[in-house]
Amino acid sequence: MTEAIAARGARPWEDPAVAPFLQIRNVTKRFGSYTAVNDVSLDIYRGELFCLLGGSGCGKSTLLRMLAGFETPTSGQILIDGEDMSGVPPYLRDTNMMFQSYALFPHMSVEKNIAYGLKRDGVKRAEVATRVTEMLSLVQLDGLAARKPHQLSGGQRQRVALARALIRKPKLLMLDEPLGALDKKLREETQRELIKIQETLGVTFVVVTHDQEEAMTLSTRLGVMTAGEIMQVGTPHDVYEYPQSRFVADFIGSVNLFEGRIAGDFEDHATIHSPDTGSEILVSHGISGVKGQPVAVALRPEKIAIERRLPETVANRLRARVEDVSYMGNLSVFHVTLPTGKPVKVSQTNRLRSDDDAIRAGEEVEIGWDGAASVVVTA
Amino acid sequence: MRRSVSLRLVAIFGFVFLYAPILSLVVFSFNESKLVTVWGGFSTKWYAALLEDQQILDAAWISLRVAVMSATLATVIGTLASYALARFGRFRFRMLLSGAVTAPLVMPEVITGLSMLLLFVALEGIFGWPAGRGVDTLVIAHATFGAAYATVVLGSRMSALDRSVEEAALDLGARPLRVFFDVTLPALAPALISSWLLVFTISLDDLVVSAFVTGPGASTLPMVIFSKVRLGVSPEVNALATLVIAAISVVIVLASWQMRRAAAQTR
Repeated sequence: MTEAIAARGARPWEDPAVAPFLQIRNVTKRFGSYTAVNDVSLDIYRGELFCLLGGSGCGKSTLLRMLAGFETPTSGQILIDGEDMSGVPPYLRDTNMMFQSYALFPHMSVEKNIAYGLKRDGVKRAEVATRVTEMLSLVQLDGLAARKPHQLSGGQRQRVALARALIRKPKLLMLDEPLGALDKKLREETQRELIKIQETLGVTFVVVTHDQEEAMTLSTRLGVMTAGEIMQVGTPHDVYEYPQSRFVADFIGSVNLFEGRIAGDFEDHATIHSPDTGSEILVSHGISGVKGQPVAVALRPEKIAIERRLPETVANRLRARVEDVSYMGNLSVFHVTLPTGKPVKVSQTNRLRSDDDAIRAGEEVEIGWDGAASVVVTA
Repeated sequence: MRRSVSLRLVAIFGFVFLYAPILSLVVFSFNESKLVTVWGGFSTKWYAALLEDQQILDAAWISLRVAVMSATLATVIGTLASYALARFGRFRFRMLLSGAVTAPLVMPEVITGLSMLLLFVALEGIFGWPAGRGVDTLVIAHATFGAAYATVVLGSRMSALDRSVEEAALDLGARPLRVFFDVTLPALAPALISSWLLVFTISLDDLVVSAFVTGPGASTLPMVIFSKVRLGVSPEVNALATLVIAAISVVIVLASWQMRRAAAQTR
């Protein structure tokens, strides 16, 4: 999940000397009385593959359309490479967009579709031909130049759309649900290819997606959006392991949330009294908050151990009853209930093909986790 | 089984109802006898007589010219009107434009024709144009009600167009006018053809409005047929009608073939 970032290495957002390439400053967009994007500020750096992640109607597509110039912000400012974009129509922007529906020109061949942007820029015929050929081989569509869009498969159309959007060498490429229409297998392949193309060309990508797995795989950083606002921005690792709110913890991946209040706050650890577990939960990091403040302990299912009997050394141990076991192939998900009635999800990798001693539904077990496994969220 | 028999009966009845009059017209156009209702043996002499009839040939030529010109004009106006209605959002007078453009569809033809006539007469009085009434005024009048049909046909196609295809062209550096010619117009092509054909046939067929707005020396084919029929139906008219039916059938077959091809391409 983190290879993509590791391969890229650099973390420009941590370096105050690097100026952001794309600056979104307090942008708000209203349609009548409906606020689609609410006071969003965001900096994106050159060469990033930034994902805007959110459910439908969260404002991510509207934000993208404002970057492309199809919508004008009601208030706020967008700067691309230091240049204020207000009042600049889409055809004068050094950006391109790949549309969710691909929006290929149905009456033009693949070649003409891809060449369209260059022709509008007045590039010489010979150069257009070379660059189209280059593009076709980059997206692995050699030999399909003469086809019409209706003669292509979904995956091929997606590549034509990508090639067409990339051929002008835009400073910024926006992709609206680029892999949404592809089936799962093809999507995984294409994700890797997209990263490779992005790294080869060094173009800054802003991707809009509702698929959290896709956002995690693709992005250098991602922004989680809901109701027109950005809730959290960070690397996939940061957002997954250190969510700042219940919403983000719950939206990305699967999570158990134990509501409670801060009972003890020490230098190297804290305790949270939670009626959900009926115990004091030990968290092995200090937290910023006052005693008695309501918080939630967020705990991923894969970070919980489940055994008939856990060793005493495990910091948080609870008795539980297994209600149901879902077999997912690579892992099993145990739906257990605490004596307080709180349901908890625990997942375990299936290391053996079959295990006669596996925990089954109806058993009384112990679940437990280390103090460092959970994260405390206040928002 | 019973159901399929009754279904077939209904279908046969429907076809008979629609096509028996036309079929009898076609059959009697090959009648030897001068009496329209009495069969006197097979002959093509009325077709020959038709080709000698200068009045009919002139009228046919005028009708054809008027139909081509008014269909073209109406399609251009319809394209602009439907583009404005579909794309310019909620501009001022949008409701008025949409109502005004489609009003001729429901307006009684007599009223359309009469108001056109009054307008032309008034214009001639003030500007000296149009000087008298003839092909010019016919084209203008036919284009006026034809534009209403064209707007409806093109409007439905326009609203079904994927907006993002136009946006993609804008995004790739094409200015709005360029986008219209590169993307919007080709996507509209099937609707443009069907709108043109529709107005063409309506214009070719029109009698009432034409009677109001034309002048001496510019009688259209329906007007000539109508005046001939008033003096008694001659087999010559049957022959003419048969030719018109044949021409229209060919056009319709061509049009539907073309539309099916276009539809297959955009799928």
